[in-house]
Amino acid sequence: MITLSSYLTLGAILFSISIAGIFLNRKNVVVLLMCIELMLLSANINFVAFSYFLNDISGQVFVFFILTVAAAEAAIGLAILVTLFRNRRTIDVEQLDAMKG
Amino acid sequence: MNFTDLVFYFFAGMLVLAGLGVISSRNPVHSALFLVLSFFSCSALWLLLQAEFLAIVLVLVYVGAVMVLFLFVVMMLDINLTQMRQGFVRYLPIGALVALVMVAQMVWIVGPVGPDVFSGEQLNQAVQQAADYSNTRELGKVLYTDYVFPFEVASVILLVAIVAAIALTMRRREMTKYQTPGKQVKVRKEDRLRVVKMDAETGE
Amino acid sequence: MESVYLTIPLASLFGAIIAGFMGGMIGRIGAHTVTILGVGTSFVLSLYVLYQHVFAGVEPFNGTVYTWMVAEGIRFEVGFLIDNLTVMMMAVVTGVSLAVHVYTIGYMADDAHNWPKDSLAGKNSYQRFFSYISLFTFSMLMLVMSNNFMQLFFGWEAVGLVSYLLIGFWSVRPTAVYANLKAFLVNRVGDFGFILGISAVVLYAGSLDYVEVFGKAESISQQTMSIFSGTEWNVMTVICILLFIGAMGKSAQVPLHVWLPDSMEGPTPISALIHAATMVTAGIFMVARMSPLYEYSEAALSVVLVIGAITAFTMGLIGIVQNDIKRVVAYSTLSQLGYMTVALGVSAYSAAVFHLMTHAFFKALLFLAAGSVIIAMHHEQDMRKMGGLKKYMPITYWTSLIGSLALIGFPGMSGFFSKDSIIEAVHHSQAFGHKFAYIAVLSGVFITAFYSFRMFFLVFHGKERMDEHTRKHLHETPWVVTGPLIALAIPSMFIGGFTIGSMLFGDYFAGAIVVHEAHDALAIVGEHFHGAWSFVQHGFAGPALYLAALGVFTAWFIYIKNPSIAEQTRKRFSLVYNILERKYGFDEFNEWAFGGGSRGLGNRLWQIGDVVLIDGLLVNGSAKLVAWFSSVVRHVQTGLLYHYAFAMIIGVLMLLTLFVIL
Repeated sequence: MITLSSYLTLGAILFSISIAGIFLNRKNVVVLLMCIELMLLSANINFVAFSYFLNDISGQVFVFFILTVAAAEAAIGLAILVTLFRNRRTIDVEQLDAMKG
Repeated sequence: MNFTDLVFYFFAGMLVLAGLGVISSRNPVHSALFLVLSFFSCSALWLLLQAEFLAIVLVLVYVGAVMVLFLFVVMMLDINLTQMRQGFVRYLPIGALVALVMVAQMVWIVGPVGPDVFSGEQLNQAVQQAADYSNTRELGKVLYTDYVFPFEVASVILLVAIVAAIALTMRRREMTKYQTPGKQVKVRKEDRLRVVKMDAETGE
Repeated sequence: MESVYLTIPLASLFGAIIAGFMGGMIGRIGAHTVTILGVGTSFVLSLYVLYQHVFAGVEPFNGTVYTWMVAEGIRFEVGFLIDNLTVMMMAVVTGVSLAVHVYTIGYMADDAHNWPKDSLAGKNSYQRFFSYISLFTFSMLMLVMSNNFMQLFFGWEAVGLVSYLLIGFWSVRPTAVYANLKAFLVNRVGDFGFILGISAVVLYAGSLDYVEVFGKAESISQQTMSIFSGTEWNVMTVICILLFIGAMGKSAQVPLHVWLPDSMEGPTPISALIHAATMVTAGIFMVARMSPLYEYSEAALSVVLVIGAITAFTMGLIGIVQNDIKRVVAYSTLSQLGYMTVALGVSAYSAAVFHLMTHAFFKALLFLAAGSVIIAMHHEQDMRKMGGLKKYMPITYWTSLIGSLALIGFPGMSGFFSKDSIIEAVHHSQAFGHKFAYIAVLSGVFITAFYSFRMFFLVFHGKERMDEHTRKHLHETPWVVTGPLIALAIPSMFIGGFTIGSMLFGDYFAGAIVVHEAHDALAIVGEHFHGAWSFVQHGFAGPALYLAALGVFTAWFIYIKNPSIAEQTRKRFSLVYNILERKYGFDEFNEWAFGGGSRGLGNRLWQIGDVVLIDGLLVNGSAKLVAWFSSVVRHVQTGLLYHYAFAMIIGVLMLLTLFVIL
């Protein structure tokens, strides 16, 4: 029996995978951005699941907007990444410590 | 367990595995492709939840545009692959621990274990729609009436994103010639032309 | 009549203000004229008031001139209490002050020589001096005319202030500055006790007004208070002793006497005015005024008696070994103040005040005569360089002789009447310590005679020991100097005999001074009193006269007949001589204990408190702490993205845990 909690569990698992991904990747800023997309995806799953099980369309409307924002954010994030690469010639996260205190 | 549940477990499992693949791939291109796979599985799940429009949009927009963009960038950047993956194993324990703790807590709250608030009857009022149910039409009905303001704001956000991306990355090429009409109009005759009186050349 | 009372202090104040603020404009003559007019007016009016109260029988006046404030039922007022005691003090103060004012015209005539060329303080110093001594007259008058403790204290402090200003008048001299600081600080110690006494009065009597406090004296004396836990003290004893501590500071009793010899750094006119006749007598006057209170506390009276006796005896001894002419007279003053205090201790308040009056005249005379000698000797003060001045300065000589005879108690002179009354009163007293006091005052008679005539013979008789240049210029001083000498010599001779009857044994002080039956030693003396002349004859029967004669003879023998004896005695008794010369070590002790202690404390506080604690620990320490903390914390900012992300994740985890738990 697939209930709401199954979908929510799935979203939780996906979210923590992306958290681990943010923390674990040290060498690649692109993977960082991909993990952010995964996080957003997990939130979307939650919304759609709620929308289905509560019979309310506004969950899907919200997913609509989240998708929009996610796309915009991915675009800008990649633009920053490109600029960073032009300046530093590397996307190794461990070498990006110019803001060190 | 009926067929729907099986489908769910299949696609859910694929989603989780793809996610794990994203974070643990050595090659960023592989990570991007795993991410595409995860989007596809998610889309399938959403079809199960009768959110057809969103499922298709996920594939068209997200995979078709955003992930393509990712791949553009990944392939454009000149990445030294051999340096990747160092340190991954060193930090794996603590990262895994944090992730596991988080997952355990969240699952305990939302899942069938623990307080189990999301399995009750009032939260499971799914309605199986008729065959001619158009998810798109339902979305459209709501989107252009109740949520028209956020809709417009979303378009503005996209505009801002375009402008920001261009502003960040556009490089001017110094050597191209171009005209600046504003300056052309401001030119004065005195700055450009000087009449010099000279004696006429007398040929001899 | 009230306006007369008010005019008396205000006339002097007016003179002081004009000379003080407009001294430059009105010049020297203007300054001394306006101040002498002011003090002269005060003097004439004081005599008029004296006549009214003593001879015309006007009732004592007790009234308020101005109410400053009322705080919790206690009134702070400016008011006058004019009775026989007050008018006597007023006449003495203004009289001596007027004489000193005239004298100063001559003494400070060439004061400009005492200052360096471009000294700011030296400009118009002459006018400034006159302003100060007029100001002093005003302060002293406010003190004696007061009818409440606050005004008494105001006058007390004001005379202390003017004394400070005048002792350090020649402020370019470091010794003068040291002396005036010393005077002020030692006075402060006394004033501290005085303030505590006044506070106790306010606490137990609930008022500052004399009459109200005196009315409650009996009930106060029945109460006890505990100062240190467990010991109960009679309140009246505590009050009286505290007030007497103030008197000890002002009237220079041991151990708060150390400032008086140093005060000789000031010009001689003020030594005469302040440190002989008036300011130092403020303490004596105060105790006499407080006689209704002191009568209830025999313990306090005994304290007064013993301290006075010690002062009378020990200070006289120091006077024997002094070489500076003014110091001899200063120690003589200290000794005579001891006499007055002894009289207070045996409840012979009227005898004390009587001696105060006669002493004011002949001691001022002696100081002014010393000043006259100093002027003639071109400001040489060492007696070893004088001698044989009799033929050069006859007026000074004869007036000095009169003053000295009055001081030693030559029969018939004023000093005789007052001193002998005191000695007799001590003899008949029953107070605790009276035997010690009797021995002290009797030996004091011998010592007084000895040092007085030692000074007299050394200065005016014998070999001339000054250098040739000074000797050629020796002549009598101008009449502005000798006039006051003569003016003071007259009461030194006669006032004692005329007033003793009414003052001591009559009812002159009837309303002002209260003596209880049991203590009334003076009354016992009065039983044998049959008039001034018989008192003189009675004097021949007592030991005092012969002791004085012995003192004069000894002085003559040593310093005229056989000067080498002095040298031999000094060598034989060098230890005693040493102790006397070092003034019993009081100055050294104070310098070491209080001066050194304060400096040491200051040093310790500076080094530890200021440098280590405040600068090091608090100021620099807090800065260092912040710097250390930030140097540790800044390592959190690694600049690495995933560290930041991890921090955020941890934060989310914690929030999540929080929500899970709750």
